[in-house]
Amino acid sequence: MLKFASCDGCQLSLLDCEDELLAIAGAVDIAYFLEATSSVRPGPYDVALVEGSITTPHDLERVRQIRKQAGFLVTIGACATAGGIQSLKNWADHEEFMRCVYAQPEFISTLSTSTPIAAHVPVDFELRGCPISRHQLVEVLAALIAGRKPRTPTHSVCLDCKRRGTVCVEVAQGIPCLGPITQAGCEAICPAYNRGCFGCYGPAAQANCDSLVDHYQQQAVGTERLVPLLRNFNAAAPEFQAASNRVAGGDAS
Amino acid sequence: MADGQSNTTERFLPQTGLQHLIDLLTTDGYEVIGPQLDQGAIVYDTLTSVDDLPRGWTDRQEAGTYRLEQRNDDALFGYVVGPHSWKQYLFPPLTTISTADRTDAGWEFQTPSEPPPRRAFLGVRACELAAMKVQDRVFMGGVYVDPAYQRRREAAFIVAVNCTLAAPTCFCSSMGTGPQCTQGFDLVLTETDAGFLIESGSDRGAELLEQLPTREASESERDLGKAARQQAVDQMQRSLDTAGIRDLLLTNMEHPQWEEVGKRCLSCTNCTMVCPTCFCSSVTEVADLTGDHVERQRVWDSCFNIDFSYMNGGVVRNDVRSRYRQWLTHKLASWHDQFESSGCVGCGRCITWCPVGIDLTAEVAVIRGSGSATNEMHTDVAMQGET
Repeated sequence: MLKFASCDGCQLSLLDCEDELLAIAGAVDIAYFLEATSSVRPGPYDVALVEGSITTPHDLERVRQIRKQAGFLVTIGACATAGGIQSLKNWADHEEFMRCVYAQPEFISTLSTSTPIAAHVPVDFELRGCPISRHQLVEVLAALIAGRKPRTPTHSVCLDCKRRGTVCVEVAQGIPCLGPITQAGCEAICPAYNRGCFGCYGPAAQANCDSLVDHYQQQAVGTERLVPLLRNFNAAAPEFQAASNRVAGGDAS
Repeated sequence: MADGQSNTTERFLPQTGLQHLIDLLTTDGYEVIGPQLDQGAIVYDTLTSVDDLPRGWTDRQEAGTYRLEQRNDDALFGYVVGPHSWKQYLFPPLTTISTADRTDAGWEFQTPSEPPPRRAFLGVRACELAAMKVQDRVFMGGVYVDPAYQRRREAAFIVAVNCTLAAPTCFCSSMGTGPQCTQGFDLVLTETDAGFLIESGSDRGAELLEQLPTREASESERDLGKAARQQAVDQMQRSLDTAGIRDLLLTNMEHPQWEEVGKRCLSCTNCTMVCPTCFCSSVTEVADLTGDHVERQRVWDSCFNIDFSYMNGGVVRNDVRSRYRQWLTHKLASWHDQFESSGCVGCGRCITWCPVGIDLTAEVAVIRGSGSATNEMHTDVAMQGET
């Protein structure tokens, strides 16, 4: 379990697998997992679970080393698969950020962008979500142990809303919701609590962002609401990025 | 299961009598499911009292929009249809079909066989009765009968309630499925300001009717009921021209309208989920981490899910255009070949609950309107492509 720019929430999802934790610990040999133990062993590793995005020159070097050490590389979470919330800096001046935050910005070595792992090294499997679903994490581990393909859906959140009987918050209440263009995996939790989908699992397969954005604009949902909705945890996912740029009328730097 | 057509004359049930009906069904061991307010809509859920019903509320529906509104009376059934359908009780979103456990003696397989839930559905509309009939043909017609569906269906007691209004999205008249309930119920009610008119449609419905505090309906009460039902007929605005629709759609598989609707369609699956007849599902084996315990689960799935058409090596319907075309041509055309009826009952749910308001009646009208000009349009497209 290795980490780049991230909040550690996805790593903690493994520790959240309370019912399955002993079975997991019995089935695999955990060699490197700083959130669980400071005892670490050097690679190579059969499987590397990689959290976080690439934001520093050092990250760039380290991710290449990890790739060499990993038999099967799985990225976990929105940061590792799409650049995360920190990819908002792709639209801004990162040097200005440094000047605002740090007393001595000259000590900071950082890239101007936050990018997913797959932009730098080949990735064998991507697990979406902010944070990832522990059920999907167990599914990926079980599949790797059994030597089969992991089963994670690529359909929209809407399908899961309907399976659990949630009434559509967009149609019944006019709440802008990214559910129709967002990949399932979260068990459609936000609409069940009367909130529109924030797009935590990134774009669904063949997401028709243009049609949904056009519709919201016709419903008088303003740019000031639509752009932040699309520029969220998966702001730099190509489909969401293109959609938010179209709404904002600008380009990502 | 309700089988008969209405076979008794209408009787009058005072408003207070409805609680009697719920109590009788409950005493009989039924879990009564009916309409109620939840999540900004009128949905179906378990109820024990008439006070659970959406008294004084109605639904305003348009393509892509649904809003609750207060009525200026105390009607209990003064709405049309909501996002839920009875499908969720007869064909649940998730069913464990079988389980397998690894033992020292090998694999042990089991099929869950608990008795079906004994449920009474209160407030079933004519289009929903028609939808059950459609799903009966899917799950119970022919050689292969789905035992889980059959058990649930046969256990269900059906109290239909005639529509007394129509939403702008309704088009059951043109599908020949409503708005009046004519068959497929145990009891049917018509709500009026004075009380209910009630009829039985089966032997067990008649038995229950005898235990209710009814009296013979007067001519004026029957006229009130008739007028209430006529109101739904008169309010119906939408229609789907079904003349020759099978051949119309199947001979227009390359019509440019499929491309056009594919640009708007989100492929989000909402239309198929709210459709009371859509029956597609996926079956997967779900194992625990040890692989010693496996459940075979059936979940609702949709032709709008890309993975649904995944076959060894690739996806068959790999763009929105082909997925929308698959749904509409199955629903309105090839369904006739497969089940000898249309797959559409005209409830309008797919129109209301489409987030971007795609209206199948309008899509069909476009294809019909230019049906004879299809080749000409193709020529235009081809010419544009050449220049």
